[in-house]
Amino acid sequence: MSTREARAGWLFVLPWVIGFLLLTAGPMLYSLFLSFTHYDLLKPARFTGLTNYREILRDGRAATALWNTVFFTLLHVPLQIVLALGLASLLRRAGRSAGFFRTVLFLPTMTPPVALAALFLLLLNGQNGAVNAMLGWFGFTGPQWTTDPAWIKPGLVLMSLWTIGSTAVLYLAALTRVPGERYEAARLDGASAFRQFWHVTLPGISGTVYFTLIVNTIASLQVFTEAYTMFFGARPSSPAEGDAALFYVIYLFQEAFGSLRMGYASALAWVLFLVIAAITALQVRLSRDYVHYEDRA
Amino acid sequence: MTRRAAVVLALAGVGVLFAYPFLWLLSASLKDRSQVFDNALLPEVFRPENYAEVWRAVPLLAWVGNSVAVGVAAALAATVSSAVVAFGFARFRFRGRTVLFGIVVATMMLPAAVTMVPVYLEWHAVGLATTQVPLWAGNLFGSAFYVFLLRQFFLGLPAEVFDAARVDGAGPWRQFRSIALPLARPGLVVVFVFEFKAAWTDLIRPLIYLREPELYTLPRGLKAVLDRFGQGGEAQWELVMAASVVATVPMILLFLVAQKHFVRGVVTQRVEE
Repeated sequence: MSTREARAGWLFVLPWVIGFLLLTAGPMLYSLFLSFTHYDLLKPARFTGLTNYREILRDGRAATALWNTVFFTLLHVPLQIVLALGLASLLRRAGRSAGFFRTVLFLPTMTPPVALAALFLLLLNGQNGAVNAMLGWFGFTGPQWTTDPAWIKPGLVLMSLWTIGSTAVLYLAALTRVPGERYEAARLDGASAFRQFWHVTLPGISGTVYFTLIVNTIASLQVFTEAYTMFFGARPSSPAEGDAALFYVIYLFQEAFGSLRMGYASALAWVLFLVIAAITALQVRLSRDYVHYEDRA
Repeated sequence: MTRRAAVVLALAGVGVLFAYPFLWLLSASLKDRSQVFDNALLPEVFRPENYAEVWRAVPLLAWVGNSVAVGVAAALAATVSSAVVAFGFARFRFRGRTVLFGIVVATMMLPAAVTMVPVYLEWHAVGLATTQVPLWAGNLFGSAFYVFLLRQFFLGLPAEVFDAARVDGAGPWRQFRSIALPLARPGLVVVFVFEFKAAWTDLIRPLIYLREPELYTLPRGLKAVLDRFGQGGEAQWELVMAASVVATVPMILLFLVAQKHFVRGVVTQRVEE
């Protein structure tokens, strides 16, 4: 490598290096520092040691927020993966109409989440919402999705399924990359449709499934917009109802920009960072035995 | 019934479920207040006046303008800067390149919520915390996912083209500007439409940074409309639905003209582990 080439390379990647220092690495360290302080923007940050972290351990709302977030993630991520995989398998077999259906399934992902949330507040309405009307056709009495604390999170999960189209499209691309000869070989061996799926399809796309598991888990643990739009803001929500939809980033947001507790919010952010890092590390570890890396993009 | 027909029938069922909320939204936005909840797909009386009413009640036009301006600035900044950085990683060998690119990939996994507070404090420190600048200026430094995506594009270009240009005396910048950029156009379009959509639909940053209603982008404005006309107690949901349609339709149109770019973006999303 010549020095001229190296200099050119560094000059080209320089914007990213600056951005990394200014908007990622610097802020991370700054936030770590702030997490040991009391800071309200008005007076200079005051060092308080581990006080913020001790407070988090005793903070009932932080615990609720973390539990809500984990609960939502445990429901949302597996459902999204399984249903998207089902849709992708259907699209794969749809022949010429696949393009049309792909468009239909993808369109909801274009909706701004605020608009989606406003719309689903009405569709999920317990008294006269369309979702419960449909359940009524089959003889079910639907729950109060938007007011019953027990049903608020399942309602949010149900709503999130409307936007699984992009995951389905990603899986469809992975499915089309599985070599056809493997299916033929499996059929010659007399493998049933289920065994073909289990022994050919799943290993063939496991890399993609693993990728979406990790990325969607990280995104899901930071869920904010839909729940905030529906249950927070100017709305005078009853405490019980509000806390059922209190997700971790919503609590972080409220502490930082509502109560101006920048130090405490920074500690909350670092706890979230460590939780996400631990979960991701666990997923990476567990996946080692199950993921076949031949399926590369 | 053949298997293909069964598949198409199942997809048609799912398709109806997926299309229904859109039709419900559009229909509710045109209904009389008393009929918003009747779940009929065709309004009994058409009230397009709903749109005029919400238009008069809130600065909807300003919000559309703000969303377009912020969206274009964010998309343009992300596209140009990510292309520059990606070209650096794809085309030149330098000490530390592998490590640096590893960090780029790692930051894709970094939860954005973790830097929310300190980045706000930075904008606060330079006096820009209540402007629209923080909604797009962070994109000027390249963004990891797009750098990754465009690097793939540049790596796919034949090296001989660049070698020939170098022999002709073209420096690194000219190789980038007159050869790489035009050839990578499909990739640049993917980045542009993705980031435009991201900026157009974002709520959390406008919530943090924008105080003046005149500066609101559409999602922030729509949240204000919901708080005032929906949740706030006035129960004028037809106005909330009309504003929701205004926020959604541009994205639908964007998708219909740029569908293949969105699909390509989603499919290339998958990063090597």
